[in-house]
Amino acid sequence: MNKLILILSLILPLGALANEGMELDHAPINGANQASLQRGAKTFINYCLNCHSAAYMRYNRLHDIGLTDEEIKANLIFTGAKVGDTMTVAMNKKDAKSWFGATPPDLSVISRARGADWLYTYLRGFYRDETRPTGWNNVAFDKVGMPHVLWQLQGEQHLKITEEVDAHGNKTESHALVLVKPGKLSPGEYDLMVADLVNYLVYMGEPARAQRMQLGLIVLLFLSLFFVVARALKKEFWKDIH
Amino acid sequence: MQKYLTCALTWVDARFPLTSNWKAHLSEYYAPKNFNFWYYFGSLAMLVLVLQIVTGVLLTMHYKPDAALAFASVEYIMRDVPWGWLVRYMHSTGASMFFVVVYLHMFRGLLYGSYRNPRELIWLFGVAIFLCLMGEAFFGYLLPWGQMSFWGAQVIINLFTSIPFIGPDVSLWLRGDFMVSDATLNRFFAFHVIALPLVLLGLVAAHIIALHEVGSNNPDGIEIKKNKDPVTHIPLDGIPFHPYYTVKDIMGVAMFLIVFSAVLFFAPEMGGYFLEANNFIPADALKTPPHIAPVWYFTPYYSILRAVPPLFSSQFPGVVAMGLSVVAFAFLPWIDRSPVKSIRYRGVQYKSWLAVFVVSFLILGYLGTVPTTVWGTFDKALPLVGGVDRANVFARIFTLLYFLFFALMPWYSKIDKTKPVPERVTG
Ligand code: HEC
Ligand code: HEM
Repeated sequence: MNKLILILSLILPLGALANEGMELDHAPINGANQASLQRGAKTFINYCLNCHSAAYMRYNRLHDIGLTDEEIKANLIFTGAKVGDTMTVAMNKKDAKSWFGATPPDLSVISRARGADWLYTYLRGFYRDETRPTGWNNVAFDKVGMPHVLWQLQGEQHLKITEEVDAHGNKTESHALVLVKPGKLSPGEYDLMVADLVNYLVYMGEPARAQRMQLGLIVLLFLSLFFVVARALKKEFWKDIH
Repeated sequence: MQKYLTCALTWVDARFPLTSNWKAHLSEYYAPKNFNFWYYFGSLAMLVLVLQIVTGVLLTMHYKPDAALAFASVEYIMRDVPWGWLVRYMHSTGASMFFVVVYLHMFRGLLYGSYRNPRELIWLFGVAIFLCLMGEAFFGYLLPWGQMSFWGAQVIINLFTSIPFIGPDVSLWLRGDFMVSDATLNRFFAFHVIALPLVLLGLVAAHIIALHEVGSNNPDGIEIKKNKDPVTHIPLDGIPFHPYYTVKDIMGVAMFLIVFSAVLFFAPEMGGYFLEANNFIPADALKTPPHIAPVWYFTPYYSILRAVPPLFSSQFPGVVAMGLSVVAFAFLPWIDRSPVKSIRYRGVQYKSWLAVFVVSFLILGYLGTVPTTVWGTFDKALPLVGGVDRANVFARIFTLLYFLFFALMPWYSKIDKTKPVPERVTG
């Protein structure tokens, strides 16, 4: 009984992020897929780094995902930054606040605060809302200050709210996003692009992750051997204690 | 070679009690031969203590105790400092594992009556260590300067405000400011890296010295010193700590490190329990997170705090209850009046109460991690509890049971039907 409760209380997630209770879409990402990470990095730098910084991330850290200094300089740095610099942004925080009503937060560790699934849902969840100053709202982040910067790719979505009344007269609302104006990408292509972007954001949240798991295997292997030896040693010493 | 070593040792022994200490604490310190699984956690606690100090020193070399720089310096350690991520994860995993180990170590005390005569002082030093460890963890948690660091500290320090008369001054003194701020971070850093570690080390030394004065208890809860060899005066059921328990503890260390590494390398956040998601958002005094929860090892006490209703709209009763729930452990040596020490020979009453206590502790721990609304509210039509959060009512019930375990102990431990205790230790 005690054990059961202990296990249960460990498994139950802490939850408690914004928009609680919302169903998040599962982000189909794979941190070992370097091509996906490279595409994501490119999208990130092209579309996000104008407003958001990633001030703890150095450009040349992208070696991790298979890019060379030359490639980074040629394809990914547009600001005159050096490869050893971090991904800062020129936008003034005060200006941003007056334009969007909120400053765009640094995205270095956003994946660790929000989780991959939330990001995947958020970046696919923008819809037209004329009551908002930017003209956009988001299913995962109500009244978001960020405009839908990828709208040319995704197109325009509307939020369709359908009310259902069951036999007891209880109303339930269901929400669905519908694409009303297609973008340059098909919905499938757009989802793939966002998955790459989220894959990159997750990598950027903890660049040492791959190394951590690799080292972990070696350490566990070593410790298992060590345990076998330590146990044999203990048995040997204890053989005449009864 | 041998000759030179002996010579050097004689030189040292003439000036420092090296050999005699080695003998007194290791090679001729006799421990009961029947230690089981539960007896690994003392030496493991020492291991984790050393690990925390070593990794802590390394972190201090790059960490910046400055509200404008702290968050970034932690990320700098995670990314730019060679092996910084490893050191940081060792320290953060170590903090949680310290509590895992110490909770199991304390539970062993409850199982085998280790706190009873003549070990009351070992136990009291232990309780002091536990309090100190809680302080150490609380101060340390502010340092990464994330949202949870900030708001957790804000909530806890505000509790002190509710103490009558001196409360507001105490919390102002702790904070060094009217809000948690740079001043708070600086003093918490001082407490975390030097003040409390020194106290902790001193207390651990006292804990071990007291232990070695009276000798260890064991799973049978009987004194091995009662049966000594008439000639050598060595306890018949005792074996020298070194080499027997040194090799055994090395095996325990290997076992522990496997668990430790599995967490560290494959789940350093432990699903949000060891490193909370909200703490990856830099502290922001203007944005209160929707749900503020302490780290898992404080949640039983946090639940107790929330469960106790305010009096004249002051949280003081909750604060008192929270304090008592920790301090209650200190009374155990005197409120346990059973003729036997070990759970092996206790009757059904103590066993049941201990089970109730453990279940209460775990449920309170779980409830402390979630908002009080998790289980919804009771139906409006119900008497007494109508419209109240279910979780809150359960937290109250389990808080009551938690305290009853201690409050009723003088009676149930005494009238309990115990089994006869053997003369010598069993396997
Ligand atoms: C035009 C400027 C701009 C661009 C370009 C932009 N964002 Fe944003 N973003 C914002 C603003 C402003 C906010 C703050 C919204 C708020 O707090 O209401 C924001 C918020 C966010 C958040 C939510 C952070 C949180 O948890 O509070 C995420 C995630 C995010 N942006 C990701 C991205 C990604 C990924 C891109 C690139 C595809 C991107 N943004 C491009 C302006 C921008
Ligand atoms: C930094 C934390 C601690 C360290 C390093 C530590 C270390 C140790 C060690 C090495 C032992 C002997 C080995 C063993 O019996 O497992 C021991 C025994 C003991 N400890 Fe601790 N301890 C710590 C915290 C505590 C706490 C919090 C308590 C209780 C509140 C406690 C109570 C005891 C008792 C009662 C014993 C004697 C056990 C027996 O003989 O059965 N200790 N401790």
